[in-house]
Amino acid sequence: MAGADSDDSLYPIAVLIDELRNEDVQLRLNSIKKLSTIALALGVERTRTELLPFLTDTIYDEDEVLLALAEQLGNFTMLVGGPEYVHCLLPPLESLATVEETVVRDKAVESLRKISHEHSPVDLEVHFEPLVKRLASGDWFTSRTSACGLFSVCYPRVSSTVKAEIRQHFRTLCSDDTPMVRRAAASKLGEFAKVLELEYVKSDIISLFTALASDEQDSVRLLAVEAGVSIATLLPQEDLEALVMPTLRQAAEDKSWRVRYMVADKFSDLQKAVGPEITKNDLVPAFQNLLKDCEAEVRAAAANKVKEFCENLPEDSRETIIMTHILPCVKELVSDTNQHVKSALASVIMGLSTILGKDNTIEHLLPLFLAQLKDECPEVRLNIISNLDCVNEVIGIRQLSQSLLPAIVELAEDAKWRVRLAIIEYMPLLAGQLGVEFFDEKLNSLCMAWLVDHVYAIREAATCNLMKLVEKFGAEWAQNTIVPKVLGMANDPNYLHRMTTLFCINALSEVCGQEITTKHMLPVVFKMSNDQVANVRFNVAKSLQKIGPVLDSNCLQTEVKPVLEKLASDQDMDVKYFAQEAISGRIKKMKRNRK
Amino acid sequence: MSSASTTPPSVDKVDGFSRKSVRKAKQKRSQSSSQFRSQGKPIELTPLPLLKDVSAQEQPELFLKKLQQCCAVFDFMDTLSDLKMKEYKRSTLNELVDYVTVSRGYLTEQAYPEVVKMVSYNIFRTLPPSDSNEFDPEEDEPTLEASWPHLQLVYEFFIRFLESQEFQPSIAKKYIDQKFVLQLLELFDSEDPRERDYLKTVLHRIYGKFLGLRAFIRKQINNIFLRFVYETEHFNGVAELLEILGSIINGFALPLKAEHKQFLVKVLIPLHTVRSLSLFHAQLAYCIVQFLEKDPALTEPVIRGLLKFWPKTCSQKEVMYLGELEEILDVIEPTQFVKIQEPLFKQISKCVSSPHFQVAERALYYWNNEYIMSLIEENSNVILPIMFTSLYRISKEHWNPAIVALVYNVLKAFMEMNSTLFDELTSTYKSDRQREKKKEKEREELWKRLEDLELKRSLQSDGIIPT
Repeated sequence: MAGADSDDSLYPIAVLIDELRNEDVQLRLNSIKKLSTIALALGVERTRTELLPFLTDTIYDEDEVLLALAEQLGNFTMLVGGPEYVHCLLPPLESLATVEETVVRDKAVESLRKISHEHSPVDLEVHFEPLVKRLASGDWFTSRTSACGLFSVCYPRVSSTVKAEIRQHFRTLCSDDTPMVRRAAASKLGEFAKVLELEYVKSDIISLFTALASDEQDSVRLLAVEAGVSIATLLPQEDLEALVMPTLRQAAEDKSWRVRYMVADKFSDLQKAVGPEITKNDLVPAFQNLLKDCEAEVRAAAANKVKEFCENLPEDSRETIIMTHILPCVKELVSDTNQHVKSALASVIMGLSTILGKDNTIEHLLPLFLAQLKDECPEVRLNIISNLDCVNEVIGIRQLSQSLLPAIVELAEDAKWRVRLAIIEYMPLLAGQLGVEFFDEKLNSLCMAWLVDHVYAIREAATCNLMKLVEKFGAEWAQNTIVPKVLGMANDPNYLHRMTTLFCINALSEVCGQEITTKHMLPVVFKMSNDQVANVRFNVAKSLQKIGPVLDSNCLQTEVKPVLEKLASDQDMDVKYFAQEAISGRIKKMKRNRK
Repeated sequence: MSSASTTPPSVDKVDGFSRKSVRKAKQKRSQSSSQFRSQGKPIELTPLPLLKDVSAQEQPELFLKKLQQCCAVFDFMDTLSDLKMKEYKRSTLNELVDYVTVSRGYLTEQAYPEVVKMVSYNIFRTLPPSDSNEFDPEEDEPTLEASWPHLQLVYEFFIRFLESQEFQPSIAKKYIDQKFVLQLLELFDSEDPRERDYLKTVLHRIYGKFLGLRAFIRKQINNIFLRFVYETEHFNGVAELLEILGSIINGFALPLKAEHKQFLVKVLIPLHTVRSLSLFHAQLAYCIVQFLEKDPALTEPVIRGLLKFWPKTCSQKEVMYLGELEEILDVIEPTQFVKIQEPLFKQISKCVSSPHFQVAERALYYWNNEYIMSLIEENSNVILPIMFTSLYRISKEHWNPAIVALVYNVLKAFMEMNSTLFDELTSTYKSDRQREKKKEKEREELWKRLEDLELKRSLQSDGIIPT
């Protein structure tokens, strides 16, 4: 780029560096975020020789600035002259990888990983790998934790001698005397194992895994669990039993609930990694134990996996295993003392019906669904209701409707508005599955009651719900069932309810179409333009603007415009403002239409 | 419609929000350790005679037996099980507590491993998960340990044992080792404040009596703090550990070792960044001041550290920082003050003009502190120019009249201190503002030019404009 040099005089480095040194942190941060612009102004040569050394020297700054810097440098390869020069970026990133603040360090490691791929194999050995070694043998724990994340990116592309060194460094860090470093090593163990040759996985990784999995600190042991899953995927089936299973079995019965929780949380991955035979012999009993764990956290994590675990069982014995081993545990969980456990179960239990088929579902699962639908905790009931579609496919929702209704009604009137809000969101789905008749008979009145709820968020959601229902059941249904009720509220003594009429009209006009809007809704809106409450009047103006597109232009000219003009001369300034907004908005729209 | 319309709505129905006060009324929760509980099997202990009822020769033997019995751990979540045996263990523990307090010659060498074993069996356990994810120690009631009736006595016994005149650290160190200490430290995360209080005493005694464990204990506390700051932000016993450290620091020999200085700069200062600072700030500030009283040369790195981590959005924390800074300034040496006065007063100038009146007020209170006042006076030629702009501006603009009044006093004080400089600054105030504005404009233009350049380049590289 020839242009680069000619710009130099315009942007002396001192000025730019002043920007990076500005006293105000916010300005400094802004400048760092535009570091690429500065580099561009300087050109590749001076970026390498002047900007980067400056950045390396001024690493002491606010963590927020350092974070931005660490991120920027990951995308700097082209700005220093391409892959050939990418190693220039290593010194500042190396310093950033040693700072205390975790987010900064993690970002520096992320950027280092990114630019490692842009190094040629030679540069990787000459520049990158020595950096990793320096970090790995740093005095303070921060640099050693950062090193843990860098081994796997350079290992595949270096010579075998260097590979041996890298393995040695990793081994050392796995037995570091600060738990922070051991945690970092444990969390990267799986990733590192993936890039190692199988023989080294067996000789090196397994012993490291075993050691970390029996660390004195549970925070280290639990990270080893995840590594164990990755390692299991790498090993041939015949080695699994001897090399990883003893350790994993021990983890599933660890004295710390955090480790057992981790096992439960990773259970599906584990199941896939070890294959059907070990699943049948080992994982099924382990899973039963987790479902019966003394700690609710663990039971909840396991309950979350029930469906996935069952789904992935080997097909030949799936049904037997579920019926004889899993279902009894599930039955107990339905009446667990902890609501998180029950609600975790409720979020997946419906999925079992597709696995077990119609007859089993009716005989064994249905009673559980019904029990959960009557659970004292609203979240449990909600989770059942939100997953109704799975059951619908297998046995049809009718089986449930008798119990469903009381559950819905109760949730609809729950004291917590967030619960009411959640059930409203499932209304369109329920309406679709239960059909229009059932809906009109049982649920319609609920939907209307929500419109006069004392919490605005519920009224708003109820409005939106009506729109979705009309989309499902059609305009004619709307005209017969809901429009009259909505419009009736326009005469309510409470102005909040009168406003709800307007909000409903806003939502419904489009789905109901021009005829209903013009014939039934518009007159009501006009009438409300004389309301004594200003909030109602300015919402009339807003509504007219909203429903404008549905109306024909004649109606807009002869009927809407005069009303808006009248409102534009209202004595209340908000009413005036919104009326004028509506008028000018309408004009813009008409102009656009004409074009 | 529904029954709700006929019966009057409950309080909760009228307002969907549950109030904090309602939540608070909730009963104190209690929780037991997270262990695989021995299921179903009742525990049977054969009652033994009282120690005082047997001859002196028989006592050591019986003491050991009682210790072994007390290794049995009961499930306190099940309030009905093993009632008799629970009561028996309780009375035995009580007896043991009395016994170690008053008896002589009971501590045979064989007793040490048994004591440590009994204590370990009872107190070392995996702490259960916190009931609420967002446990807020200021708002929520702590979960209390259900087995406290036994646990308390075990702690009590252990402390009496450690404090007993017959206690010999040289024998005990075989059993009270690094692993023991590590497990002890983990218990500081207990939610039960009563337990943490006992642990504090236990750890203090161990630190005092086992010289060989001191460095290890300090290092492990380091690790706990670093994990707390940089990984989890959750650990219930920070205040207690800091309290112990406060007295440990007090005993450091001079000159301070590099290890101790590193602890101050890399662990104690970053502890200020934690969200729950208010729970342990008093203890933390005490530690910091202890350090500075030992070695005044540490003042600069400490103050620079605080300035680096100065809260950006949390006014409540800012007030705490200002309080701590005043404690530091109370003991600062004038030579140290000169070294950090510039960055320090730049921050104070920002605090003084904070729209949050408590922050502004706390900063302005510095001018009521005679010692700080004298330092400011000595260096008014440096400090006044830094403070002037903020003070002048808020004296006209701050919304809170109390702050404006305080600012007037400060300005008056400055005027009396150095009237020539004050007059000079007053007269150049306007032109200084204009110069700043101009500089701001230049900055904007520079960036605009840079962005144009970038745009041009990207167009070039896209081949839109031929190079």
